[in-house]
Order: sequence, then structure tokens, then C-alpha cells
Amino acid sequence: MRVWAGLWPNATALVLFAFFVFPVYWMFNTAFKPDRDVLSDTPVWFPSRPTLDHFATAVQADNFLTLVRNSVTVTLLAVGFALLVALFAAFALARMRFAGRRSIVLIFMIAQMAPWEVMVIAVYMTVRDAEMLDSLVPLTLFYTAMVLPLTVLTLRGYVAAVPKELEESAMVDGCGRAQAFRRVIFPLLAPGLMATSLFGFITAWNEFPMVLILNKDAGAQTLPLWLSGFQTAFGDDWGATMAAASLFALPVLLLFLYLQRKAVSGLTAGAVKG
Amino acid sequence: MSVRTHDTPQAERGTPSATSNGGPQSSRPQSSGARVRGKGDADGRGGRRGGSDGGGTRALPYLLLLPALAATAVLLGWPLLMNGLLSFQNLNMTQLIQHVTEWAGWDNYRTTLGSSDFWRVTLRSVLFTAANVVMIMVFGTLTGLLLARLGPRMRLLLCAGLVLAWAMPVIAATTVYQWLFAQRFGVVNWVLDALGWHSMAGFNWTGGQLSTFFVISLLLVWTSVPFVAINLYAATTTIPGELYEAAALDGAGAAQSFATVTLPFLKPFLLVTTFLEVIWIFKAFPHVFAVNEGGPDRLTETLPVYAFVEGVGNQHYGTGAAVSVLTIVILLALMSYYLRAVMRQEEGEK
Repeated sequence: MRVWAGLWPNATALVLFAFFVFPVYWMFNTAFKPDRDVLSDTPVWFPSRPTLDHFATAVQADNFLTLVRNSVTVTLLAVGFALLVALFAAFALARMRFAGRRSIVLIFMIAQMAPWEVMVIAVYMTVRDAEMLDSLVPLTLFYTAMVLPLTVLTLRGYVAAVPKELEESAMVDGCGRAQAFRRVIFPLLAPGLMATSLFGFITAWNEFPMVLILNKDAGAQTLPLWLSGFQTAFGDDWGATMAAASLFALPVLLLFLYLQRKAVSGLTAGAVKG
Repeated sequence: MSVRTHDTPQAERGTPSATSNGGPQSSRPQSSGARVRGKGDADGRGGRRGGSDGGGTRALPYLLLLPALAATAVLLGWPLLMNGLLSFQNLNMTQLIQHVTEWAGWDNYRTTLGSSDFWRVTLRSVLFTAANVVMIMVFGTLTGLLLARLGPRMRLLLCAGLVLAWAMPVIAATTVYQWLFAQRFGVVNWVLDALGWHSMAGFNWTGGQLSTFFVISLLLVWTSVPFVAINLYAATTTIPGELYEAAALDGAGAAQSFATVTLPFLKPFLLVTTFLEVIWIFKAFPHVFAVNEGGPDRLTETLPVYAFVEGVGNQHYGTGAAVSVLTIVILLALMSYYLRAVMRQEEGEK
């Protein structure tokens, strides 16, 4: 009886682990397989003779490097702008009492769930009338707007978690409010800033409908479009397609694995209560 | 047995985000040090600070909020307004190219609300959302509770798996799912064939409505469960152990302490997560669109995809805008429930 009681959760956990990991594994697995193994009637579970051919195909496909640059630029700028602006807002919302505070929080909560996906026509008309189609500028601005509300709300939580006495004692020590923020609170916000930028990064890096309709010019597109177009263009070349998907997913996966310990462990450690 | 059910788990403070509840943990030691140093001259400076906090800084919070609010108002507000205006225009390819504005009054809405297609898509969207949210919440909650029961090593392993699925970019994930479910050489068909369903050997998953929805739903569940599970696990760690001790003293069994301690504690959290998932699944676009572009025969179009295909694909921009306004209205209704729940929670905390 005892043994079974201990075994069940672990067995279930293993099955679940397989369910969640398998697609990711299969992506990398296929990317490294020679064509013969990709198109085989019995699946090859492990690439016995790994090859980088598919990655070469993916990288050489239509101005890959330009798109990488576009994606990186747009994403980093959007996250950077959002963090900068959100930091002020989060500080005000977490630390100050003023009329209309609740309504402003509400506004950010609504904005956070904005249905950008269904507004693409309006966005298109706006950008067209501004004669900014096929440009990275409107993309950057709209991605900033997409990321901003979540950034404000999340950072507010982190600022609120810094004990108020810290700030007060710094001010007693002769710091101004701005200085107290910069010297005392800001360093303590580092994990919060990293976690927040992670979610912003994922949103902007992934964005698909808007760039699909705004930027038809191949030189102004981003990686999600490249990946979905790649699949259509290369049809059954699953090796190359999976290599492309791996290249697209890798930065996010690595960033997440690196940052999630800080994000989630801070979260659970805080929750356990010391 | 007194269990304080009104307490909000820490994991739900203010924002629904996964990361909102964590606090920087390194603050404690520095805190005491700073306080000791500050003690000496606390009186003198305290007075001056009190004075400067008065009239001069009253505008400060608004100034700090101004950039964020302005950016949101312009970048989100303008397209919203534009969307509303477009929905009252007769806007097709001709008008678009010639840059002319033809007002159409309520025509777009009349056409949309009068078409059986729209209502069929709406019903489909609702059913799609309901089915997926139920699966995600049940599966996510069970996974979260399992995480809480596992030993540290197994928990780390499962967490790593969840995080990988969570971090997978949507378009990469849809591409991988297309490959998993590929008609030829797809691993799913091979497994089904090997398990004895030989008719599934060359099955075309994106050829039928239900099987396409199956693939989309599996993809959605796969990407959404980690959020629910990891957050739910984090929420369970905030349940004070004394509550379980008290329950045990009162003679409660495992099932009873789950029903009287765990569940009431997690209820606000579950409520908010459910709302969030409803909103997210309802407006999910890339998953549905990238798997089969709403096909076959437009049979898997949900409202956002329908708005996109009608508006952009078929170049009925005005009608598309009307559909999207109606979609936004439905979303706002859903959101108002969500926001009420969140606000009530915030209030309970103070």
C-alpha cells in the first residue's frame, strides 16, 4: 500500500513530463536528423548521425539575418521603452496614495487584455495613413503598448514588496526620494525587472498578426512571419522547418530557463514566507 | 474549525501575473542595518520631510504616471477609436485604394448580425472557449496539486518540462504540432498505427473540422496548462501549515482537509485564473490561424479569425471592423466579470 501511494504521483509526474517535453524534444530531434531519418516509415527516436544541414538550409533561406536583426531590434526596444516608462508608473501606483489610483490600475488591467488580434484592420489603416507601412517604427511603438500594461502591473507588485522602511530610512539618512529610489529600491528590483522583461520579451518576440498585416516587404518582417512562411514555402522539408523553429525558439527557451529560477524561485520563496 | 477563507493567497496580489507575488528576498538584513544607522538624526530630518511632502508633490504621482498613460491612450486608444469608425464605413478594396471614406451607418452591423455565418462562428467560439478552458483548468489544477505533493527532485523535473512548454513561442509550437500531426511521417499517426488503429496510419488531421479542433485544443492545452499549474502550486505553498494541523486535530482525513482547507484557500485564485483563461482562449488568434488558417472550408474559424478572414482576407474591411467591435464588446463583458472579481479580492486584502 505504502509503496503504491508513493509511486503514483511520481509515475504520473513522469507521464506529464513526457507530454510537455516531447514536442520540444521532437523539434530539436528532427532538426538534427539527416533527411533519410526524417522521412522514415518508423520514427527515429534519436539522431544517430546528427547533421547541421537543416540549420544551414534555414539560415540561408531568404534574408534570415535581416529578420533576426529586425526581431531583436523591435523586441529589445519595445521591452526597454516599456520598462523605463513602467518603472515610474509602478512606483507611483505602489507607493503613493492619490485620487483616481484605483481607476488607473483598472485602466492598465483592461489594457493588458486588449484584443490586438481583432484590431489589426484599424491598426493597418492608421499606419497606412501615417505612411509608415513596412517600417519597424510602428511595430516598436505598438509592441511597447502591448507590453506596457503587464509591465506596470507586475512591477507594481515588486515595488510594493520592498519594505517601505528601507526607503524611509534612506530618506532619513539624507537621500531625496529620487535618490532613495535609485540607491535602495532599484537594486532590489533587479529580479523583478528581469522577470518582467522576460514576459515582455516573449510577447514582442512572438507577435504575429500585426506584423503579418503591416509589413509585406520581406526586408521589414520579423522571425514569426519568416517561420510561418518558411513552413509554407518548404512544404515537406520538415528537417529544415524544425531547424528554423528551433532557431526561433532557442533564445526564448534559454532566456526562460535562465531567468525563471530567479522569477519563480523568488516567487515561491516569497510565498513560503520566511 | 475556523478556516479563514476570505484571505487572499499571496500569489494573487493585484496582478494576475505569475511573477507579481514574489518579493526580493535579500532585503531583510539590509533593512535592519539601515534602520540602525538612521536612528540618530531621525527627528530633525523627519520634520522637514513632512513639510516637503505636502502641496509641492501632490502632482508627482500623476507626472510619474503620465508617460505610461499617454502611451496607452495613444497607441491603444487610437486604433480602438479607429476600429469603431471603420465599422460604420463602407470600406472594401476600391475605397481602400482610392482613400475615400464612405459612411454606411449601421449597414455593417445589420449585415453582420443578420448573417447566419456570424452567429454560427459566435456559437462555435463560445463552445470552443468553454471546452478548452474546462480542460485547461482541470488539467492545470491537477498538475499544480501534483507538484505540491512531489518530492523536490521530481518537482524540479516536472517544473522544467512545464517551463519548456510555457516558453515555446506560439508560432514555433504550431509548426511543431503540424509536424507531430503530419499526414505522412507524422509521429502521432505512427504511434496510433502501432497501437492498433491501422486506419490512422495516413490520417489527415487538418482535413476535418473536429480533428483540426482537436489539434488546436491540444496545442492550447499544452501551452496554457503550465501557467495554471505553476501558479497554482505557488499558491498552495502560501497555505499556512497550521491550518492543516488544526484540521488534523479536528480529525479531518485527507479528503476532508482538502475540501475544508486547500479548496477554500485556492478558490479566489482559481476564479481569477479561470476568467483569465476564458479571455485568453476567446481571443486566441495565432494558434487557430497558424494551424489551418481557419479551415477546412472555414469550419474552424473562431471570432477573431473570422474578423481577420472577412476583413483582411476577403477585403470587406468595414464588415471586418464591425465583427471586431462586436468581439470586443463580448470581451469587455467577460472582462467586467474578471475585473469585478479582482477588485473584490483587492478590497478583501485591505
